[in-house]
Amino acid sequence: MEFGLSEDQRLMQESVNRTLEKVSPLDRVRKAAEAREPYARDIWAALVDLGVPGLIVPENEGGMGLKLLDAALVSEALGRYVAPAPFIATAVMAPLALIGSASPRQQEAFLPKLAGGEAVVGVAISERASGARDGAGITASGGKLTGKALFVLDCGGADFYIVGDRDCGLHLVWADAEGLARTELTTIDLTRSVGELDFVNVEAEPLVSGDAKTTTRRMLDAGRVMLAADTLGAGWRMIEKAVDYAKERKQFGRVIGSFQAVKHMCAEMAAELEPGRSLIWYAAHAFDEIPEESSLMAAHAKAHLSEVGRFVARTATEVHGGMGFTDLLGLHYWFKRIGLDRQLLGSPERVRQDAAVLQGWAAE
Amino acid sequence: MDLAYGPEYEAFRQQVRDFIAAHRDKAPRNFGVNRPSEEALVWQRLLIEHGYAARTIPKEYGGYGAEPDILKSRIVAEEFSNARLPMGLSNQGISMLVPTLLELGTEEQKQKWIAPTLRGDVVWCQGYSEPGSGSDLASLQTKATEDGDDFIINGQKIWTSTAHAADMIFCLVRTEPDAKKHEGISYLIFSMKTPGIEVRPLVTMTGHAEFNEVFFTDVRVPQKDIVAGRGQGWFVANATLKHERGMLGDPNAAGSRLKQIIELMETETMDGERLIENPLFRDRLLKLQARVLAMQFHGLRLLTASAKKEDAGIARLIVKLQGCDLNHDLAALAIDALGELGVLYGESPHLRAKGTWQHRYMFDLGLIIGGGTAQIQKNIISERGLGMPREPKPAKA
Repeated sequence: MEFGLSEDQRLMQESVNRTLEKVSPLDRVRKAAEAREPYARDIWAALVDLGVPGLIVPENEGGMGLKLLDAALVSEALGRYVAPAPFIATAVMAPLALIGSASPRQQEAFLPKLAGGEAVVGVAISERASGARDGAGITASGGKLTGKALFVLDCGGADFYIVGDRDCGLHLVWADAEGLARTELTTIDLTRSVGELDFVNVEAEPLVSGDAKTTTRRMLDAGRVMLAADTLGAGWRMIEKAVDYAKERKQFGRVIGSFQAVKHMCAEMAAELEPGRSLIWYAAHAFDEIPEESSLMAAHAKAHLSEVGRFVARTATEVHGGMGFTDLLGLHYWFKRIGLDRQLLGSPERVRQDAAVLQGWAAE
Repeated sequence: MDLAYGPEYEAFRQQVRDFIAAHRDKAPRNFGVNRPSEEALVWQRLLIEHGYAARTIPKEYGGYGAEPDILKSRIVAEEFSNARLPMGLSNQGISMLVPTLLELGTEEQKQKWIAPTLRGDVVWCQGYSEPGSGSDLASLQTKATEDGDDFIINGQKIWTSTAHAADMIFCLVRTEPDAKKHEGISYLIFSMKTPGIEVRPLVTMTGHAEFNEVFFTDVRVPQKDIVAGRGQGWFVANATLKHERGMLGDPNAAGSRLKQIIELMETETMDGERLIENPLFRDRLLKLQARVLAMQFHGLRLLTASAKKEDAGIARLIVKLQGCDLNHDLAALAIDALGELGVLYGESPHLRAKGTWQHRYMFDLGLIIGGGTAQIQKNIISERGLGMPREPKPAKA
């Protein structure tokens, strides 16, 4: 019995952290955000060098064949460095869509491309995950898609999209397909691209080799665990920043970190956030090894980290006093990252409703 | 991550199951209120004999003498819990005094006290806190003055659970009044029958006397009944407190409490609707379920760290704070879900679960405060876990 990371996993996460420390400093993040780059190509290139896009792609398709727990460790690192790079759709949910529902021919055509970082892929299944807003929804008819998808993940700069329709079908759509219009949705978080796709009779390649409903569920579970891990990384970085600031900032002739009022804020953040790490590890582990628990654990990880993340984001900002509220310090990039994580693929209330259904406590 | 125990441990698990199947009829129904009942004592001896209590205590001191193996200990706990059987006795003598004597006692002290304590024949109480010394325990004032080969003890202790039923006390007293506060304390063990000791029950908000006050008036104790040396008491007490904090905030207790709430919400109805179908109560339940799972997995992570002798750092420091808080929130949900039924207490008609939820809600507040208050825990987490500075000492007037 060993509940923890292997030496390989620790080393892998360290190496991602080291790389991001170099390529994703706050200055670079700020530049990407202010220029509204869909994603930072240099940071993406560094992640490609590390093999991140092929993390969970099987080895015989050119990937590393690792597990969701490994992906969670990368997601945590990306949150830690508020990295403006594609990941959740391109490196996790899209490969799962292809592995779960693409034909051997489609897998051969797309998986090695994904694994090699040659394509960025957006995923449009928010309506399944969060419920439809503003009349969103895609109808498939005669191999063509019509309708709109909101909050498409890794949307900007994507080469193609995996799209879920109203009947739970999955489709592959090229970004330059005729009749497809792409609009960037500006969220609070300028480090990740979320968009809208409008379809008018758009040619699509259906993914029909596996049960699309199961595949969608797997994509959603994995995505939720990734968002939880992103919040964990961003949250811990905020705690560290708050502690460092409290050790330097002086008021009333002493560092504010020596006041119990401030110390207790920091202790509460750490105490609330840290057990979430084990919940994420378990949820990621369950995804690969205990499939019957996978959806419930992913829901709990997502909802719990969202709640704790909000508390940490707010409290760490308060520890910084007025400076935390300014753009100058850039702390808000982490605050906003956590804010977006919370709503994507289901807000906590929505996700807990899923957890209720999964346990037979509510009707679907 | 590898959540399987492997063949050696599964074989051990089978042994535990076989034991349970063979002996479950001997499990005590009545444990005794203040002292272990006769059937609880018989059960305890049986468990020690088979290695399911006092498992890692050396045989020469009355234990089973197994090598420490944290996974085997957990398997025993899991199997007993699954079979809804009580584990061995758990009291302050066994969980705090025994490890302290093993670490710091003389050979004579170990020989004399460990075996009867493990068997449950000798019951101990802990004399640490005083009315003027709670969080600032090292400021304690109960004094022990030398008189020939003895100490004469005068002073008062508080929060002394089971003092009225205890045979013995392990007690912190000030033997070196001129030393600095942490260096003037000694750890003494003596009989509660010694003349000059008065025990008064301390009734708490639950309506029960779970604690006592203990008054010492010219209590004469031989100097040889000191553990470690004179002035070493603070060091000894910290070794002991470490064992106490490990006991508080156990995530598996939260797990079984959660199960009970789920059962409650699946059976109790309001206007004919089961509580589990009420979206507001259900959402609260689900929030708590996530917290319980997080703490349970956190516990497994700490278990792995202990087994590999790794320092878990801040992860270990948060358990008492988070665990006690979680237990309290669980009791609060049960009460709210029961609504007006949730405030029934004592012997009232319509009472649910013998008033357990109200009792826990109040008693847990005591656990949040006791064993190092939540605020002291936050000091520890921020100072030792996050490296934040200590509160500066006020300048002397």
